[in-house]
Amino acid sequence: MTETANPRFLRPVSAPSAETGKAVNFGVDKPLKLDCGRTLSPFSVAYMTYGALNEAKSNAVLICHALTGDQFVASDHPLTGKPGWWTRMVGPGKPIDTDRFFVICANVIGGCMGTTGPADNDPATGKPFALNFPLVTVRDMVRAQAMLLDALHIDCLFAVIGGSMGGMQALQWAASYPNRVRAVMPIACAARHSAQNIAFHEVGRQAIMADPDWKGGDYQAHGTRPSKGLAVARMAAHITYLSEMALQRKFGRNLQNREALSFQFEPDFQIESYLHHQGATFVDRFDANSYLYITRAMDYFDLAEDYAGHLADAFRNSPNRFCIISFTSDWLFPTAENKRIAHALNAVAAKVSFVEIKSDKGHDAFLLDEPEMFDTVRGFLSAVAAAEGVA
Amino acid sequence: MSGNAHLRADLAAIAEMIPSGARVLDVGCGDGVLLEYLVRTKNVDGRGIELSQQNVNACVARGLAVVQGDADTDLAEYPEQVFDFVILSQTIQATEKPSQVLAQLLRIGRHVAISLPNFGHWRVRLALLAGGRMPRTQALDYSWYDTPNIHLCTLADFVDLARSQGAAIDRALTLKDDQVSGDIRPGAWGPNLLAQGAIFLLRKK
Repeated sequence: MTETANPRFLRPVSAPSAETGKAVNFGVDKPLKLDCGRTLSPFSVAYMTYGALNEAKSNAVLICHALTGDQFVASDHPLTGKPGWWTRMVGPGKPIDTDRFFVICANVIGGCMGTTGPADNDPATGKPFALNFPLVTVRDMVRAQAMLLDALHIDCLFAVIGGSMGGMQALQWAASYPNRVRAVMPIACAARHSAQNIAFHEVGRQAIMADPDWKGGDYQAHGTRPSKGLAVARMAAHITYLSEMALQRKFGRNLQNREALSFQFEPDFQIESYLHHQGATFVDRFDANSYLYITRAMDYFDLAEDYAGHLADAFRNSPNRFCIISFTSDWLFPTAENKRIAHALNAVAAKVSFVEIKSDKGHDAFLLDEPEMFDTVRGFLSAVAAAEGVA
Repeated sequence: MSGNAHLRADLAAIAEMIPSGARVLDVGCGDGVLLEYLVRTKNVDGRGIELSQQNVNACVARGLAVVQGDADTDLAEYPEQVFDFVILSQTIQATEKPSQVLAQLLRIGRHVAISLPNFGHWRVRLALLAGGRMPRTQALDYSWYDTPNIHLCTLADFVDLARSQGAAIDRALTLKDDQVSGDIRPGAWGPNLLAQGAIFLLRKK
């Protein structure tokens, strides 16, 4: 097991000011056993940290990223140069206060920002894994995170926090390692991926696979990139992150750079060029095969299934304190799904708070400026820190 | 924080009944004033259920473990006898099905503390007798058509319900002008006429 300063990225690091993070390389003596039955070895986990670990090692907070997120939660992205994806939430004096907590954020297994994923070389062949990469699950992602904590000599997290797929990981943490974490905060997520969500993911995957440049997944060997397919996947997914109301408020039927309809298939409407932009910028920073693998991991997530269909059994005798947050206009992970988690936790008399926040910004609200969410996160973390005697 | 001078009289009386370190569920915890008091001064393992999302969010931001939920429907999900104390303050008269709510409270809590207004108070009786209209009192200041208090009862009515649910009444205190009396005999006719409200401590026999 070795630590390196520069994780391997898909493309050369372009942002001059960006910190590129760290990585732990797990050798053949530390294989990652996967749910599919295969093992991944050797493998790397790329991560960022913010703040300082206290002497008692009791102030570590693991932040789990969503489908297209990465470890750059509170610092500039090394490929795009854009600020971290949760700078409103994480930083000095922010709700997840890096003056107080040691924040760790790791790229998930199957990802494309330095943690081993399908774009990396398969040691058996010396060529990119592509579709030979094993199918990974949310539980596998969490296993890899636990191995990272071992490597960092952190026995117990103060908190694990995540939105969307990050929330799934937080729930999995509570189920898999209840004694390695105190506070668990799943935001805008569900204990299972719904049929509708699987359906949207399948549209995205089919868009990628329909791109002739995908080449059966072997696009790296062919020197191509399925950018069009990946962009369409992103466009379709992006709609699900917003809400009808937010789209109407932001774009309405406004035309883009024109006075009248073109009577052609140019992007007439602002919403069209907005989606085009979302697709175009996404392909610059994300690997298409990673998108296939990570969406699949979310589709496979059904925490109750591991407990004979009884979600409550996933949390029986849990010592953890939970805080669940949902947003009124989130139709991807609606309040009902979040409430289902709260009900399961009540059924085993776990310590749980559940907050639904009024917002018209849809699923993406968890990434945006939602003061009530910030108050909730701050209040919850402070209360747990006081109760658990963490400074 | 010291003392309980800032607590409403019935809440202060309930707080006194609860021992340190107890596991407590406050059903209809409102803005969490009692729960916060119990957590801070008695180190209880406190949880709350509250119907109003606005109140819930305020509670959680203050560090209380509170979930949005409805006493009429959401108590069923808790396991049996999991709380040392379950509190229902000034809420039972606003529930859809008070008898089912009470049954759930007795199921999930070893002790149940309930405070409620007394519709048998002499002023209420007199208002109806003399005025011929639905009474409005200081504690129940609503018109009949927009009141949330859909299941009002007298203290005698409540004692009947508690007994029909197989509950033992361990304590009964009356409320009069924000003062809490000493223990009274449940079902006595005097308090039913003179008390504005009461606090009962129940347990399943």
